[in-house]
Amino acid sequence: MNHDLSLSGTAHVPVLRLGDVLLITLQGDLHDGTAEQLQQDIAEQIVRNRVTGVVIDISGVEIVDSFLGRVLAEIAASSRLLAARTVVAGMRPAVAITLVELGLSLPGLRTALNTEAALELLAMTTPGGPRREPR
Amino acid sequence: MSGTVAGVEARLPIRSDLDLVWVRQHVRQAAAALGFGLVDQTKLVTAASELARNTLVYGGGGEMAAEHVCDGRAQGLRLTFRDQGPGIADPERALSDGYTSGGGLGLGLGGARRLVHEFSLDSTPGVGTTVAVTSWAARPPRQREEPR
Repeated sequence: MNHDLSLSGTAHVPVLRLGDVLLITLQGDLHDGTAEQLQQDIAEQIVRNRVTGVVIDISGVEIVDSFLGRVLAEIAASSRLLAARTVVAGMRPAVAITLVELGLSLPGLRTALNTEAALELLAMTTPGGPRREPR
Repeated sequence: MSGTVAGVEARLPIRSDLDLVWVRQHVRQAAAALGFGLVDQTKLVTAASELARNTLVYGGGGEMAAEHVCDGRAQGLRLTFRDQGPGIADPERALSDGYTSGGGLGLGLGGARRLVHEFSLDSTPGVGTTVAVTSWAARPPRQREEPR
């Protein structure tokens, strides 16, 4: 895995593919350019691999400011236009509290407590699959 | 408690988005060294990230100074962001949520103010902007001034 994302402006975050789902694990302190690059990489991979879901694990992210929050919301929005659903997994409690106080409650962003729950959520809402309302 | 805690005082340049990473890392380490809890560290680092990005994007770059402050037994961290940019013509408006002169969400200044205990903004059009924030370890936040 990439341990020095903060040291290079053009670093790519690894995007793994698990069946119909892209799995992205964000770690540590993300450079602005890396976050913007990720948005492009995800959109391209959705189309290339015809995936229907995107899971972004942010359990290793210590802070989400308005910039990264906006990037996450835009990834979700552009994925939706490409017929894929996005779930942000593993947000730390301190990050959630801080985002709300910052004024960024990200109402359109689907979340799950961990990657496993995110994958379950995507499986539940897959078109053609058993359609149940998420809890 | 006297004097200084190692690794708190610093002056960091804010010239590129790579510098934002160093600012966040320094504020995180300094707040931890001063005994800030995890949520308070996260709030202060997030506020610093917003303010440093403003310094970079709107101020055209500048610097952050970090200082250890004491008030009785309370340990605090003061962060001062300075730029020599175009300044803010209407600070009250700039502090309101949703207002932005750039491409952002307009949460930076107002959001940062909510995340810290003390906030001051001093801006002169054509001269530059200074934003100073202070947060205290293990002290409840002050009653917020809610205009509405």
